[in-house]
Amino acid sequence: MTEDIDTEPTSNIRLAVNGTLYELEVPDRKLLSDVLRQDLELTGTHVGCEHGVCGACTVQLDGEPVRSCLMFAVTAQGHEITTVEGIGDDPENPSDVQQAFIDCHGLQCGFCTPGFVTTIDAYIDENPNPTAEEAREAVSGNLCRCTGYQNIVSAVCRAAELRAEGASQ
Amino acid sequence: MVRKATAADAVRNRVNETMKPSPLRIHRPTTVDETLDLLAARGDTGKILAGGQSLVPVLNMRLAAPSDLFDITSVVGIDELEVSDADGSEEICVGASVTHRRVERSAEVTRTNPLLGEALRFVAHPAVRNRGTTVGSIAHADPNGEMPMVLALTGGRIEARSRRGERTLGAEELNIGPLETSLESDELITRAIFPALSAGSRTGFDELARRSGDYALAGVGMILDVDGETVTGLRCGFVSVTDVPDILDLGEAVSGARLSDASEVAATVAEAARDFIDPGGDIHASADYRRHLAGVIASRLFRRLCRSDGASGRGTAADSRGEDSPVVTTGDDTERRRA
Repeated sequence: MTEDIDTEPTSNIRLAVNGTLYELEVPDRKLLSDVLRQDLELTGTHVGCEHGVCGACTVQLDGEPVRSCLMFAVTAQGHEITTVEGIGDDPENPSDVQQAFIDCHGLQCGFCTPGFVTTIDAYIDENPNPTAEEAREAVSGNLCRCTGYQNIVSAVCRAAELRAEGASQ
Repeated sequence: MVRKATAADAVRNRVNETMKPSPLRIHRPTTVDETLDLLAARGDTGKILAGGQSLVPVLNMRLAAPSDLFDITSVVGIDELEVSDADGSEEICVGASVTHRRVERSAEVTRTNPLLGEALRFVAHPAVRNRGTTVGSIAHADPNGEMPMVLALTGGRIEARSRRGERTLGAEELNIGPLETSLESDELITRAIFPALSAGSRTGFDELARRSGDYALAGVGMILDVDGETVTGLRCGFVSVTDVPDILDLGEAVSGARLSDASEVAATVAEAARDFIDPGGDIHASADYRRHLAGVIASRLFRRLCRSDGASGRGTAADSRGEDSPVVTTGDDTERRRA
């Protein structure tokens, strides 16, 4: 698809992502998910369906999970964005949610995992002690095509345990 | 720490990467007046952008290609969510940039009009409700949307402003077709107003979808008025099975019925619902199947509301979702299945 880049409306924006403030020029129509991946090279945020169904692109906006494919980067200014890299980007030192996915075998191919991690990371703050049913409801907006959901639901409960242990230490 | 974009970033931006939406310009007004000026100048080819949870998918699929978007999330004065007392009757005022999530979490809203919170829990998923706005959903006027139906069922209204003035529209005046409202291209809905439900009313909402949070195949909202053990009124609204949120008033048909006769009366309610709606068929469900589902849901809801412990109502915070008794003794097998 070719479009006239000379008339493409662009904006100079400031984006706060994982504690870093970035200044960049982006086309107005560029989605937050694409700016994160292409301009900031934060490729942990995955792009699946690109219309809000699959949840792979979920990031936290001021601590609340949102779909980064349903938001323009221009309109994300003034908010604090947290991607999966901001939750944990050290394989030697995973976050509590990431550790829970390891403990419970909550992933196989891993494509959907960043969306689950950002969603669950916010959820267990809201509900520190979820039942299995609540855990299932909490991840109902994220699709996984290989592991199935049993282990992911277990990972939600395990993550809540780990966070509670972390808080009490 | 501020990281400046590098030359490589600039080059990357020049490269015409494939982007889902077609080219457009985003305006970020900060006042209502500024928004109305923009709408007056460019409203005919532009669109108002609030949470974008319905609009951005449409743009991503290029089903629409507006020249301009007017992002109203930074506009001052349209972010209020309050229960006000007008002439002794309470009402909930929801500003244009208030997210579904804020409405859903408000204890005042739950107390005043529990149907709103009950239906909101069926609006997509929390991640979508964190961005999506209640007023945006009403303006979008999707027959699959829960909020236009709740506005109509509870007798709500919206206030719209343009440079030409301000007007108030009831739900029945606003909704004129699927995805179509009577608003002009220079008008902004500044807020929606949901009246409080009366003290004796019980409310319920339920829908069936193929996946959690997806568009409903059929959905029903209900307000049952009760005096002691006697039904005094019943109004039903529908999701995904009518073009606009038409309301079925069954007051005459069911008034005087005893709550203990719920099972028999439920058959009448289901039949009236099936006759009232006009669903379309598509790849997901035939028209007949949707009609059948609407009847089943209406029957279930009615019986639930007739049980004293099964309904939300004014002044209670009961979450009635999932409280359907798993086995109901009727001849209809579908009634036994919990979707």
